[in-house]
Amino acid sequence: MIRAQDINENSPWQDLTPGGEIYEPGTARLFNTGSWRTNTPVFHEEACKHCMLCIPFCPDSAIPVKDGKRLDFDYMHCKGCGICEEVCPFPAITMLTGGAAK
Amino acid sequence: MSDRLSGNEAVAYAMKQINPDVMGAFPITPSTEIPEYFAEYVANGEVDTEYVTVESEHSSMSVCIAAQAAGARSISATSSCGLALMYELLYVAASCRLPITLACVNRALSGPININADHSDSMGARDSGWIQIYAENNQEAYDNFIMAMPIGETPSVRLPVMTCMDGFITSHAVENIELLPTDVVRRFVGEYNPDHYLLKKENPLAVGPYDVSPYYMEHKVQEAEAMKAAKARILEVAAEFEKISGRSYGLFEEYRMEDAELAVVLIGSTAGTAKAAVDQLRDSGVKAGLIKVRVFRPFPGEELARALSNTKAVAVMDKSEGFSANGGPLFAETRSALYDLQQRPLMINIVYGLGGRDVKVEDIEKVFGRLAHIAATGEIGSVYTHMGQRSKEETA
Repeated sequence: MIRAQDINENSPWQDLTPGGEIYEPGTARLFNTGSWRTNTPVFHEEACKHCMLCIPFCPDSAIPVKDGKRLDFDYMHCKGCGICEEVCPFPAITMLTGGAAK
Repeated sequence: MSDRLSGNEAVAYAMKQINPDVMGAFPITPSTEIPEYFAEYVANGEVDTEYVTVESEHSSMSVCIAAQAAGARSISATSSCGLALMYELLYVAASCRLPITLACVNRALSGPININADHSDSMGARDSGWIQIYAENNQEAYDNFIMAMPIGETPSVRLPVMTCMDGFITSHAVENIELLPTDVVRRFVGEYNPDHYLLKKENPLAVGPYDVSPYYMEHKVQEAEAMKAAKARILEVAAEFEKISGRSYGLFEEYRMEDAELAVVLIGSTAGTAKAAVDQLRDSGVKAGLIKVRVFRPFPGEELARALSNTKAVAVMDKSEGFSANGGPLFAETRSALYDLQQRPLMINIVYGLGGRDVKVEDIEKVFGRLAHIAATGEIGSVYTHMGQRSKEETA
């Protein structure tokens, strides 16, 4: 069975799956969609109370959580929509103009 | 088992014998009777099919795509504008390599709105990646539908199949027909066992992902290769079908072509009329022959070139107007296929029978008359003409 990680832009047509079928879950993680970002959130860890409000509001899965604490943004998948900044009750997230991760 | 059935009844009966998993059902003249008869089988408990009534043909084909991806054998039936409304999904079904089976009852495509037979609907879908098999009569409509799944579901093919018959002429006319026993049909068609399907929970699957340009062309090449592979599979399935039915099928039928000098090439029910014309001409010493194209996708180009290589003049008759201003689709493909021959016959194209315009034995004889003149003089005259319309000029 052909795995998604074994397919790349150098693969000949004979080595691709029929119709582009993907035989495993979660392969979107491998795909960099953060390059679409025109505004970028910045995480201020010292102001964060880890209330977790930003996590479910993120339309992507760009805020990783470990051991009950949110970590810095996953900029590979963050689109810079700014919803997290809107819902954050603390000054823990600010938006900067531009797509580059700070 | 002998019976008398209309083309629509015959196809619905084949569907019942196959007992597919899902039908996306929406009515449109002249294919309406197919889901109608099938609904009766569902209501009577004669099939286990999930019968999904939808609000449009766009949705009936969407149902088939989703169901087939889930691992269910799916069918539908449509005509004309219904097929046109499926257009986007036809491409999706083919590119996702989902071997759905669709009964297309050929009807003129609007406009002007018209419910009678011509091939403009399925010819419009000829580049969608579907295998297309055309029937001359009810028997062939029944047989082709039974052969469709073993062709389309083969792993080297994995393409959807459209079986076509002429609206009303074939779909509604009642003819004698030989039906196969249901257990024989079920054994022949077998179970649908794809390697990958959405309901296989131990192996998660994503179907139809977005293709960026570094991948799109590779997947289209895969599809093109599958269509090429379909040709051999169609012949293989025909050979297997002959064993259970005694009826023999090829990519096209050659009628009295052995020593033919003048030949007509066409698709569908007109072949019956043309055979009568060929017989009459043969009786009066004219070396006339007919090729009835059964499989239009994949197009049997090399085989047609071989079959026509010894003729002097050929008329390709299109029952659809492609508006290329250069001839109909069957003509374009047939003439192109003959280009590689060292010695080519002279060729003309006649567009006929649009929107149910009748074609009679005398009309076909007129075409052969034109071919005889072309063969004798070497003068083709107009390459691309229409036949059967009222005109101030004489037409053939």
